[in-house]
Amino acid sequence: MTSLTVRNLTKSFGALKVTDDVSLAVEPGEIHAIIGPNGAGKTTLISQLSGQLGSDGGSVSLGDRDITRLSMPDRVKLGLARSFQITSVLPGFTTLENVALAVQAREGSSFRFFGTVAREEALNRAALKALAEAGLDHRADVLAKSLSHGEHRRLELAIALATEPSVLLLDEPLAGVGGEDAETFVANLQRLKGRFTMVLIEHDMDAVFQLADRVSVLVYGRIIATGTPQAIRSDPQVRAAYLGEEEEAA
Amino acid sequence: MSDATATLTAPRRALTGRLKAALVLFVLFALMPPLAAALNDPFYVLIGTRILAFAIAAMALDLILGYGAMVSFGHAAYLGFGTYAVAILASWGVNDLVLQILAAIAISAIFALVTGAISLRTKGVYFIMITLAFGQMAFFFFISLSAYGGDDGVALMQRSTVLGMDLLKSDFGLYYTTLAILVALFVLCHRIVGSRFGRVLTGIRENPTRMEAIGYSPFRYQLTAFVISGCITAVAGVMLANQAQFVSPAFMSWHRSGELIVMVVLGGVGTLAGPIAGAVAALLLEEWLGALSEHWKLFFGVFLVLMVLFSPRGITGLLEKAGIARRQE
Amino acid sequence: MMNLFVLQLLNGVQLGVLLFLIAAGLTLVFGIMDVINLAHGVLYMVGAYLIATFAAATGSFWWGFLLMLPAAVLVGLILEFVVMRRLYARSHLDQVLATFGLVMIATEAVKIIWGTAPLSVPMPDVFSGSIPLMGPLKYPVYRIAIIVAGLAVGLGLFVMVNYTRVGMLLRAGATNRSTVSALGVDINRLFAVVFTLGAVLACLAGALVAPILSVDTGMGESVLILTFVVVVIGGIGSVKGAFLGALLVAVVDTVGGVFGPIWLREIMDPAAAGQTGRVLAPMLVYILMAVILSVKPAGLFGRTA
Ligand SMILES: Nc1ncnc2c1ncn2[C@@H]1O[C@H](COP(=O)(O)OP(=O)(O)OP(=O)(O)O)[C@@H](O)[C@H]1O
Ligand SMILES: [Mg+2]
Repeated sequence: MTSLTVRNLTKSFGALKVTDDVSLAVEPGEIHAIIGPNGAGKTTLISQLSGQLGSDGGSVSLGDRDITRLSMPDRVKLGLARSFQITSVLPGFTTLENVALAVQAREGSSFRFFGTVAREEALNRAALKALAEAGLDHRADVLAKSLSHGEHRRLELAIALATEPSVLLLDEPLAGVGGEDAETFVANLQRLKGRFTMVLIEHDMDAVFQLADRVSVLVYGRIIATGTPQAIRSDPQVRAAYLGEEEEAA
Repeated sequence: MSDATATLTAPRRALTGRLKAALVLFVLFALMPPLAAALNDPFYVLIGTRILAFAIAAMALDLILGYGAMVSFGHAAYLGFGTYAVAILASWGVNDLVLQILAAIAISAIFALVTGAISLRTKGVYFIMITLAFGQMAFFFFISLSAYGGDDGVALMQRSTVLGMDLLKSDFGLYYTTLAILVALFVLCHRIVGSRFGRVLTGIRENPTRMEAIGYSPFRYQLTAFVISGCITAVAGVMLANQAQFVSPAFMSWHRSGELIVMVVLGGVGTLAGPIAGAVAALLLEEWLGALSEHWKLFFGVFLVLMVLFSPRGITGLLEKAGIARRQE
Repeated sequence: MMNLFVLQLLNGVQLGVLLFLIAAGLTLVFGIMDVINLAHGVLYMVGAYLIATFAAATGSFWWGFLLMLPAAVLVGLILEFVVMRRLYARSHLDQVLATFGLVMIATEAVKIIWGTAPLSVPMPDVFSGSIPLMGPLKYPVYRIAIIVAGLAVGLGLFVMVNYTRVGMLLRAGATNRSTVSALGVDINRLFAVVFTLGAVLACLAGALVAPILSVDTGMGESVLILTFVVVVIGGIGSVKGAFLGALLVAVVDTVGGVFGPIWLREIMDPAAAGQTGRVLAPMLVYILMAVILSVKPAGLFGRTA
């Protein structure tokens, strides 16, 4: 059974068709990359999958469960988490608190009014573990708003990890991260591979070809090709529509 | 890996600072009546009780305004429920403070649950106007309640008893009982803010989308906080009725709701202890300006406008500008 | 019975037209600038005081009315320039506080300038008296004049919003603020125009109603909250919504206030019906608002939030 099944998903903003009859079958444990030029509709697709945006048509299933009508929080509880392309954290909270909240969401009730949450060892320990996996445990007690851009990207990842997803949607985790930083980040993702299914949106082609088991190419809201990285690399249609530009730019 | 519990020192320092501020306030409150007696002006004790009651209400409002970013412009309604709970129960011969508080809380919880559920489906300007409108609805309800004096209100024959005791009969007894309730409710609010629930509420204030993306539905938490805040405000109303020994819809006009917001902002949004100080400052300013001129509202209004235009962060911002208070970060 | 109903219906429409004049400006200010202005009701009161003063000074309602208009423009411009302009970029909380302060200032200033005793404005002679409607039923000419004047202004506003360049900008601004700035329009000028327009409409409403009300400092209060209800029901930013919302609120308020107890008597005993009716009547519009919002959180014509 596939982990995440998308059937004929559509979405329009006014006259603009941003998601155009997208179907996908993401296999358990794989890293499925989605690449495509700017404005292709990648973020929109992720938002539809995560439930942040409603869809005009089509369906989304997690395992064998139809989640098309579920809200974002309900999908998270079933194990579908996402990260944001534009960092979205709680700026006034410490790094650890940001992650601890995600741990708290899946463990026990949040309708507890008395115990001091800051002293809950179990929460903090689990949060610190997720931070370590994202390589950010040394910055645990810094306010999120004082983190650097690269650290913000790691925090995005750590928060998503802390929800213990079965399927993780990553929206350009490497956006704006360069050089050595990007390499360690890719190594981090490599280590997580196999623990859960990942849908990875990324512009950094080195990272994509290093990590992905399969790649889908999204252009103007349509998936024009799906296949192994090698197959995609050599697909003439893809080269014309997308990779060609990249190479020209490079 | 560092020790998990040792990683939270930074925010905790700000927290203990606030606790200290609250403690200082409470000690000052406790010392006030003997001082007033020494000055031979017992009238201060009554004004003091009024201030304490409003401090409770301002703190309750801060719980949702400061920690939940919900600008409720209808909180005077809950003051009203508290005051009328006293008047109505008293007219049925029920004079016990505990029962009156329970009744006030029950009615407030229902009202907050229903109106909050509707208001919280909206945001921003809508939320402010809708809470204002619901507050006004409660106001008109009591205006048309002719059995309890309608517009004119009704005088209370006696103060409430506490479990059969005449604790509130003397002004001192009333003052210290109100102070005790304020302290207890402060501890309650402080615990809530530091709890799992409080962290979720604050998280929703900071970034609701992020909270949804990790599995929280903001509505349930916001509504719960809204109800708690309304119930605490109602307790303030119960004490206010005992202080004034008079109950009327004037307690719930939208100007009162506005004044509560002023108190919260004056003292510092999202600090709990701040709004308590804000209540003191606002009511003393009112008394002082009122003694100077019958048109004191003119000056109060000018003060408000200038405060907003020139100090984005309220009194705390003003103090910081003057270099009196330290900027916290 | 039928006569009473028609009478109350007309009163409702007359109130609705006034509410619309006040709400139209408010909804545009909310929708386009995302600014909450508690002092809008004050402008309605100021309009009434202005016409009272000018009418008394010139001895003529018409001169008073003509002088009131430029004065209202001036009030709007000054208010925008001195205070509102600095609030656009601020939080709603700041806007609430500052405009709450403005309410206090204006109310006290009016008390200082004009005293606390209510003023009255003479009714223009042409509009005094009543005309027969049907059977023995008569209706004051002046109230009909208010309805006609209000509808005329409403029509003018409708034409302006739908068929002029400013109107196009207003509609664009109410749905998407960045579009307007992308069109290269001076946002500050547009805001000043919108705010002043809203202020003048509110003053106009106050001036129109002055001859049939006693002009006092409390008159802005009751109207402000009703206007909020209108704006919320109609949907923020929608002039059409403000129009329908105003009529709905006013008719429910006026007709329900009188007929609520009568209808209640059908289902309960008279004494209880009278009591319940008196308590429920003033709450009707709020219940109406609650019902509409539970179905449509963004109001009848609002953008879905
Ligand atoms: N809320 C919205 N309303 C209207 N149009 C939108 C909205 N969100 C996105 N769009 C449009 O939809 C298209 C796809 O946007 P999207 O953000 O999904 O692209 P993307 O593939 O993630 O691009 P990038 O690589 O730059 O992140 C763009 O043309 C964008 O302008
Ligand atoms: Mg994107």
